[in-house]
Amino acid sequence: MFGLSSKDTRFLLIVVFLTLATPILLQPFPEGSSLAQFNAGYPDLMQKFAIFGIFAIGFNILFGLTGYLSFGHAAFLGVGSYTVVWMYKLLGYNVLPGLVLAVIVSALFALLIGFISLRRSGIYFSILTLAFAQMSYNLAYSVLTPITNGETGLQVYSNDPQILMGENSPTSPHLFGIVMRESTQFEVGGWLFTLNNGYYFCAVIAILAFYLSLRIFRSPFGMMLRAIKTNQTRMNYTGLNSRPYTLAAFVISGMYAGLAGGLLAAMDPLAGAERMQWTASGEVVLMTILGGAGTLMGPVLGAGFIKYFENIFSKINDGVLHAWFAFLPDGLEDLVVALIHPFVGKGWHLTLGILFMLVVIFLPGGLVEGGQRIARLFRSKKTKTAGPGGRNRDHQPKPAPHVAE
Amino acid sequence: MDAILLQILNGLDKGSAYALIALGLTLIFGTLGVVNFAHGALFMIGAFCAVTMQRILGLSFSQVDPTKTDFLGNPLKVQVPYVESWFGPEVGGAIIDWSVPIAIVMAIPVMIALGFAMERGLIKHFYKRPHADQILVTFGLAIVLQEIVKYFFGANPIQTGAPDMFAGSFDFGVLMGFDPNVIIYPYWRMVYFLFALVIIGGVFAFLQFTTFGMVVRAGMADRETVGLLGIDIDRRFTIMFGLAAAVAGLAGVMYTPILSPNYHMGMDFLVLSFVVVVVGGMGSLPGAVLAGFLLGILQSFASMNEIKSIIPGIDQVIIYLIAIVILLTRPRGLMGRKGVMED
Repeated sequence: MFGLSSKDTRFLLIVVFLTLATPILLQPFPEGSSLAQFNAGYPDLMQKFAIFGIFAIGFNILFGLTGYLSFGHAAFLGVGSYTVVWMYKLLGYNVLPGLVLAVIVSALFALLIGFISLRRSGIYFSILTLAFAQMSYNLAYSVLTPITNGETGLQVYSNDPQILMGENSPTSPHLFGIVMRESTQFEVGGWLFTLNNGYYFCAVIAILAFYLSLRIFRSPFGMMLRAIKTNQTRMNYTGLNSRPYTLAAFVISGMYAGLAGGLLAAMDPLAGAERMQWTASGEVVLMTILGGAGTLMGPVLGAGFIKYFENIFSKINDGVLHAWFAFLPDGLEDLVVALIHPFVGKGWHLTLGILFMLVVIFLPGGLVEGGQRIARLFRSKKTKTAGPGGRNRDHQPKPAPHVAE
Repeated sequence: MDAILLQILNGLDKGSAYALIALGLTLIFGTLGVVNFAHGALFMIGAFCAVTMQRILGLSFSQVDPTKTDFLGNPLKVQVPYVESWFGPEVGGAIIDWSVPIAIVMAIPVMIALGFAMERGLIKHFYKRPHADQILVTFGLAIVLQEIVKYFFGANPIQTGAPDMFAGSFDFGVLMGFDPNVIIYPYWRMVYFLFALVIIGGVFAFLQFTTFGMVVRAGMADRETVGLLGIDIDRRFTIMFGLAAAVAGLAGVMYTPILSPNYHMGMDFLVLSFVVVVVGGMGSLPGAVLAGFLLGILQSFASMNEIKSIIPGIDQVIIYLIAIVILLTRPRGLMGRKGVMED
């Protein structure tokens, strides 16, 4: 189905189901219970899951598949956001023209940056992309203020032309009248579920983005990208020019980033230069590596994981900790809380950094590889009982390093 | 003419910091072949050594001062630093005043120990892994170090002053026959520049004139052959890592009076220092120093109003622009060696 093998179709259907059921699945604790703060099923966070999932899927096509580590992808995110807000200002609050234009503009931008940066590879490529992104960020803050509105950030004012705005048009982002920020809530028992228009809009786009990346992974083009990652020199020796392929991968991932940036502005009609800063580029690198570079599902998992951390883990304060460990004797309770305190709440970055280091050191394939290893552990026990036909590691092809040097 | 001279001087102190960080980065890259994204964090930790020293010297106890009374007529309690009570107010006051230079004494062992721990504990296991893995793991380490510092010192910049002796500015213009107050330059920036020159000279002399340095240079050129000669090159490279960490730390200690340290200052400097290393040429020590000063001075030139009026915004992007041009026209950088990190 959909031009996929039956295994991939099943995979895709599972992803579609999980994405559409997110508002229910992420709300496992009843309202009012002490664990309700771990519910992630509120619109703002779910939208971020979907949007940064798209961003990471796109980044993975460049880094995971082709092996080029870009440290400047946030520039495209910013370009996408600015484009969408400009379309609000000129045309009106319908998100569609803005999003289409955001993808086109970021593609052009990526074509320009990619054409120059891809002349080099390895760490030089990383530094070149970093330099371009920092340049865009600095310019957006200073000289380009007429376009970007500098530090204030770009937003819609009441005296903007908005030529497509009718009498009854909604005054916040919408898609042909479906207002993004509106949602329906329903209650089952103690559970409260929120179905948000904006989230479902992002989710549908994210599913399409995921489907496209699945097709790229399975296509001859994807095979070519993998060949570039494995050994570019050898590819050149066989007489293939790898430049068009890398450039195509760069532009595609730039378009994904532009789309994600556009969606950020579609959920909240604002765009600021800080979206282009290199720490934002670093964040998408973290997401992709944490989840598992080069795998289909990994980057999405990583994006969800980091956004969940950022929004939920950072809310755990000392009061919550005391409530959890109240069953311990007083002295011990204070000690445990004091020990955990640096790692939660405002210190969530520390936990994230440690976790990231552990993943890079011990699990180069990310969370997905971790899951696979656990799965293999169970399976290998079965094969061992079956007979001596188990896998012998020495006789397996060695896994390629997950990034070309 | 005077404006140009002023900009050269202004670029020197930033250029010194870039040069010192880039020197350490290049030392690590040249010896161990590791791309160290945590080097900016080492600079930041050096700066916080100065903050810690200032706090240690400022430790005080409260004492009732019989000569003063508060507005109710009660005897006033004053905070007396321990140092002042031990050495008397004059000497003690001077010691507190000089806390930044004194912090150097603390920073050297701390940074060397940290460097050793980093190399033996983490980076040793990454020699055989791809450069991207090295970048990622040191990037993670930088986040961790940064957050630890944030936990102890808070997120706000902490002011750390230079000794009073260096508080003023020096009038360079008079010395060269210009009008007074045209070219003035703060004393501390001059001190920083001289300090950087001493450190850079020291590192080069160490590598050039000692047997240890000779072995290290030989190891940078051909690690395997030196190992085959029966020399324990790994141990020496570990020491070089400690040295590079100490250089970054000292650069940070002395920079505190120019820029109040905060926990993310390392990242800000790191990005620029990497650009400096690439412009200078991966693995070339003179290239790193040259490019550091060059970019520092060019940056301050670009922020002149005359130039900004011709090309608006150039001061924000000049460094990156130069890096792009250099990388595309001279892929090895200004003074890069053949065969180091070629594609």
